[in-house]
Amino acid sequence: MADITLNHIRKVYPGGVEAIPGLSVDIEDGELCVLVGPSGCGKSTLLRMVAGLEEVTGGEISIGGRKVNDLEPADRDIAMVFQNYALYPHMSVYENMAYGLKNQGTPKAEIRERVNEAAGILGLADFLERKPRQLSGGQRQRVAMGRAIVRKPQVFLFDEPLSNLDAKLRMKTRVEIRDLQQRLKTTAIYVTHDQSEAMTLADKLVVMNAGRIEQVGPPIALYERPATKFVAEFIGSPPMNFIPGHAGADGVTIGEGVKLDDRPHQHGEVSVGIRPEHLVRDTAGPLSVDVRVVERLGASGNVYGWVEQTGSELVASLTDATLPQPGETMRMSVDPAMLHLFDRETGDRLD
Amino acid sequence: MVERRPVLNFVQHFVLILGAAIFAFPIYLAFVASTHTGIEVNRGLPLLPGDQFFQNYATVLGEGLSTAGAPPIGLMLMNSTIMAMAIALGKIAISLLSSFAIVYFKFPFRVLAFWTIFITLMLPVEVRILPTYEVVAQLGMLNSYAGLSIPLIASATATFLFRQFFMTVPEELTEAARIDGAGPMKFFRDILVPLSRTNLAALFVILFIYGWNQYLWPLLVTTDESYYTVVMGIKRMANAGDSLPEWHLIMATAILALLPPVIVILGMQRLFVRGLVEVEK
Repeated sequence: MADITLNHIRKVYPGGVEAIPGLSVDIEDGELCVLVGPSGCGKSTLLRMVAGLEEVTGGEISIGGRKVNDLEPADRDIAMVFQNYALYPHMSVYENMAYGLKNQGTPKAEIRERVNEAAGILGLADFLERKPRQLSGGQRQRVAMGRAIVRKPQVFLFDEPLSNLDAKLRMKTRVEIRDLQQRLKTTAIYVTHDQSEAMTLADKLVVMNAGRIEQVGPPIALYERPATKFVAEFIGSPPMNFIPGHAGADGVTIGEGVKLDDRPHQHGEVSVGIRPEHLVRDTAGPLSVDVRVVERLGASGNVYGWVEQTGSELVASLTDATLPQPGETMRMSVDPAMLHLFDRETGDRLD
Repeated sequence: MVERRPVLNFVQHFVLILGAAIFAFPIYLAFVASTHTGIEVNRGLPLLPGDQFFQNYATVLGEGLSTAGAPPIGLMLMNSTIMAMAIALGKIAISLLSSFAIVYFKFPFRVLAFWTIFITLMLPVEVRILPTYEVVAQLGMLNSYAGLSIPLIASATATFLFRQFFMTVPEELTEAARIDGAGPMKFFRDILVPLSRTNLAALFVILFIYGWNQYLWPLLVTTDESYYTVVMGIKRMANAGDSLPEWHLIMATAILALLPPVIVILGMQRLFVRGLVEVEK
């Protein structure tokens, strides 16, 4: 159990490419912190620096108050779950889990006890003698988790641990990871590019873009008040719609005087963000939408089309009963309180 | 090819059988020759095995050929085995370690080191045989097992093969091992070597045969009969001077000399084939 402090971490690769230009985050004891962002945003690099697999160019990483910049991965009291699991193919499940403990010089009896305990938690007790290649993807993933938990580390590091699983298993394992982490109360850093994984797992969500932090906070706060257009677009599925508009003394308008909000603003030219799930069908609504494609998901559906007045693309999530037919034109409205206003140039939130 | 045409089938089988026969026939002849008396063989080779099998083999194994001044075959077979084993195991040990260094460690002139090793691929033993002889002679290693095997141990081919194999081992395995607290040598011993098992077997077979078939080098460094290898021995037997070569005994020796490589291949066949065709990760 330990908190993690990243203080002005910098990473410059040989050759001068600056992957992370100086980044600070505090992760509290027992917290599950999710780093999310598009590929190449530096989230994996950051995780690998915490693990000690990548050298830190500048700044300080401390785990439980201890500076670990120059420690070997094995001495940092961490355990990592890799995307492709990185199980030792020639070792049995038992040996895979025991290897780290064996290298620490743990007595045999204790190793046996701890591996059996972990295998019990993860439902691997019947597979201990098997080789990784005799296991299914989900079971391999569990072994990788088992290898991490037997060592009772201060910190778990997850590097996209679910991306090699099929969708169903991914959901199931996601819940298991959350459950396990809460039971063990171990601080964890979890890297993913999947926003739904990020939303469901995180205590603290860190959205990264090009080596910088866009926003940090509880997932629901990021959903409700995204600090930048980037975060707004990244969090939530389907992604937020953006329509160019004007926010002046006469309220928020788009196109030729289509009014979405009466309350006065002083922002001028803005980008109006509307979440698909906040749009509703409303015959008196201000938005006129040309429907092109309708995706029916059962209870709800996604409607893809264009806003007639501005020509901007739009996605709306509607309940099944209110879904239109492709080719139809429908009127829609949105609760003014649910509008997000962003600066058109910088993408920063305006209110 | 999934075509089912009787004529094609016949042609295919005919060609395959013909090929197999062409390869097998000399060995069959050697075997036939080794089961007759010398007089019969020299009169013209019969095509069916004779009745001298036990007698001929007992002679070569026990007494050797008086005319050739060679030691009994048993000793030569043992010398060959020691040499081939030392070469194969030595080559594997050295090349495993050197490719481990080249792939996993960053040191100055690493690329240069690799290319230097790689370039020696182009220099067969025969090209550097005189300087090597000079060195071995100065070190006093003539007429010894060390002299027979050590100069042939360094192997660019094996180093290159292991390097290629190590580069296919996923990087995450190395990282997982680092997190699990395995130092470099522990990683090498616990993970790399077990993963290379099939490659090791395939290479062992190839290198054993390479060592077994050495002719020129043993010929140079041994003058003492008790270090002769069997491949040299066969040649010496054929040099019978004025008298007729004792073909029945020479052929018996040749058949015996064939056996150890065959045994090695059969013993390692399963691993050998896997090592050649499949990259196990």
